[in-house]
Amino acid sequence: MKVLTTDVLIIGAGLAGERAAIASAQAGLDVTMLSLVPPRRSHSAAAQGGMQASLGNSVKGKGDNPTVHWLDTVKGSDWGADQEVARIFADNAPIAMREMAHFGVPWNRVEGGPRDVYIKGKKTTIVEDDANEGLITARDFGGTAKWRTCYTADGTGHTVLYAMDNLAVQLDITIHDRMEALSLIHEDGVCIGAIVRSLRDGELVAYISKATAIATGGYGRLYGESTNAIINEGTGSWLALQTGLVPLGNMEAVQFHPTGIVPTDILVTEGCRGDGGLLLDVDEYRFMPEYEPEKQELASRDVVSRRMKQHILKGKGVQSSYGEHLWLDLRHLGEKHLTTKLREVYDICMFFIGVNPIKELIPVRPTQHYSMGGIRVNKDGHAYGMKGLFALGEVACWDMHGFNRLGGNSLAETVVAGMVVGNKIADYAKTAELNANVSLAEKFCKEQTDLIQHLLTNSGTEDVYALRDEMADLLKDHVHIFRTGEGLEKAVTGLKGILGRLKNVRVKAQAPGMNPELSQALRIEGMAKQAYIIAKGALLRTESRGAHTREDYPARDDKNWLNRTLASWKIGADEPEFNYEPVGQLDLPPGDRGYGGGQMIDMDLSLEEYNAKVDAEQNALGKHATSEPIGVKLPKEAWREESPYKDAK
Amino acid sequence: MARTLTFKIFRYNPTKENDEPHIETFELEETPRLNLFTALHRIREKQAPDLMYDFVCRAGICGSCAMMINGRPTLACRTLTADLADTIELYPLPFFKLLGDLSVDTGVWFHDMAKRLESWIHTTKEFDPTAEEERMDNATANKIYESERCIECGCCVAACATAQVYPDFLGAAGLNRIGRFMFDPRDTRGEQEWFELVSTDIGVFGCIGMMACDDVCPKDLPLLEVFSYIRRKMNSGVKVAVNEMDLT
Repeated sequence: MKVLTTDVLIIGAGLAGERAAIASAQAGLDVTMLSLVPPRRSHSAAAQGGMQASLGNSVKGKGDNPTVHWLDTVKGSDWGADQEVARIFADNAPIAMREMAHFGVPWNRVEGGPRDVYIKGKKTTIVEDDANEGLITARDFGGTAKWRTCYTADGTGHTVLYAMDNLAVQLDITIHDRMEALSLIHEDGVCIGAIVRSLRDGELVAYISKATAIATGGYGRLYGESTNAIINEGTGSWLALQTGLVPLGNMEAVQFHPTGIVPTDILVTEGCRGDGGLLLDVDEYRFMPEYEPEKQELASRDVVSRRMKQHILKGKGVQSSYGEHLWLDLRHLGEKHLTTKLREVYDICMFFIGVNPIKELIPVRPTQHYSMGGIRVNKDGHAYGMKGLFALGEVACWDMHGFNRLGGNSLAETVVAGMVVGNKIADYAKTAELNANVSLAEKFCKEQTDLIQHLLTNSGTEDVYALRDEMADLLKDHVHIFRTGEGLEKAVTGLKGILGRLKNVRVKAQAPGMNPELSQALRIEGMAKQAYIIAKGALLRTESRGAHTREDYPARDDKNWLNRTLASWKIGADEPEFNYEPVGQLDLPPGDRGYGGGQMIDMDLSLEEYNAKVDAEQNALGKHATSEPIGVKLPKEAWREESPYKDAK
Repeated sequence: MARTLTFKIFRYNPTKENDEPHIETFELEETPRLNLFTALHRIREKQAPDLMYDFVCRAGICGSCAMMINGRPTLACRTLTADLADTIELYPLPFFKLLGDLSVDTGVWFHDMAKRLESWIHTTKEFDPTAEEERMDNATANKIYESERCIECGCCVAACATAQVYPDFLGAAGLNRIGRFMFDPRDTRGEQEWFELVSTDIGVFGCIGMMACDDVCPKDLPLLEVFSYIRRKMNSGVKVAVNEMDLT
């Protein structure tokens, strides 16, 4: 076993991981980043539409500020978010956008004067303020009171990731790509690094560090049909879960994006609808205004996806050999717009499904897209139950998204959390001692060597790919947009069966080196256990909130379920353990989102009574003390001043 | 009637003792809208569990999956088998270090390229979190974005005659990156610095103008325009260099 040491180990080199690595490097620490792929190939690169930040430079963003952004985010989350974390995010997002401009992102800018845009299906002329010429502009996105999403055409993730990685190269940050962390090295609740397998030659390496951060993205690929890159298999959240000490938060909160294309499930950005794209049914009828008169196509993603599915169930879907779908109509936006501001979308449609969006309708349906759940961390990004372990970005449940995140808020989260949590990681590493406990590392390494040996030589007959597909089908069939107790029971039972068969997975490929089948086999336990937690968590949560929709429990139940699910899996246990904690300090009282409809069961505590129990209950479940008391970043009742919200748009 | 496709795939595992590069043949039933991402996964999952290749986004955005498809470097994910003959030959990209079968190490090459070119904004300004962002003309932002769209897939370098002869050649991807920073008013590098960086035979004057890069670039980057812009800039760079020479 090779041993390498570093002050800070960052697992995952997408936007969140790289921004955090930069924070530590700028603090003078030695940083090593690990990544399954070269950093610029991370899934961050695929984000198209943009990042929300309340710069308010566009005329349609006039009057925007962090409080309005925060309000949109909390409502979008269906009150599942930690409101203080949402506030930290909204306050820092404008700074992060400007910093990225400084690092080199060619953000689209305001051009003063009149221009034609489409709003709610109508061509409208807006006049941009000449005084704002050259400042970062924004487009419209769902669930927002203002045009707030900063962008570079529809290649935002790409340009931000390239700018970020350029800076990482400039700072000479060590990057070891094609490396996969298999387990954390830890003792007495303190993490001291990770056991890592090289995807070049299969060698196992122990990285020992003062602080370790996980930034590996989401677990969308558990669903099989997903817009996610194929590397998003929940490897990072599994690192935390397998310690038995760190809980995963809200794993049942899974986002389905309204516009995955059919077939292939590739995403076309929410910017399509933000820029005026319309959803049509089998009769080419625009149905969204009937369901959502106010927000129409630009309600939050959970609501639009639900409405689409509802409309398909009414018999208004378009039949195809790949199942039913609806149409996305961009034709009226015109060739120039589609070949500049939506150029990736144009290319994707042309290359992958042979559809020319200038002249033709795009077949779309709601598709798994984002993991709101993940490694539960405190507001500093410090993982519950484990010292020296941090998580940020999609892999974390920080938790600004609650049960539904807004479009443009996750890409922005990566750079904001990269800044905020990145600084906390650096602070921690500066005072921590390097515990070069090689015998402990050897113990964890041996577990992996034994597992690899077992996978290559046992006498079982289970095929890892078949097992993965079975797992994905259970999630797809029963833990999708609409959920029922009966369906979820089936998923739980089916997944339990799969868990029992894991030990019989036998890898056929015996060649040395990266061995792709072995790689998949090393991931399957983590995937299956997380799938089980998603299904079981969804079964236990007898309410509908955000993206978690129970047909048998249609109301949002603030009396019983204004809480966050925490699931952990003790070593050797047959079943995960489920606990629930308050969502965090409440400032905006639970209320109507303004879209989506639905019933509500009111909470029976006052805000004061609810807030009084937050800290103690969270501490009891493993939350570490925060660098400042919880709640201090929440300017109480500032939102009451924000009348623009009421008559926005 | 569905076709049966024949895949002839380059195989070589450098970590396996006594392995020799060879071609292995696989057959696969074609299904509607089949692309090479799905086809290769089907081959791996049913026929060749040790087959190595790289995909990440499978949407033509991340640049991982470039390979030689019937002799031409391009992205495998967005190549439909319907556009190919019954027999499909797959080789790894030339020029880059082979990791195994169809997988090559583009990541390390592009990382080194970024270092050589100092592919970052050179500025003495510090970021001020309390200040408004520096303004930029939207047309300039769009122009930078045109070159910034490179996904580092390596097709241009694999197709480049010069790169095959001079391994240090920066390639179209490198020259395009230089153009991207030359266009950027935030970068303070002057003509003299650019001149020293690219006016060599591994830089812009190494290009022999066959423009295979332009033929194969999957993102349709404006390579011709960028190269001529750099050359013209270098011309004025020469003047600066000559003026500074001690001719007495």
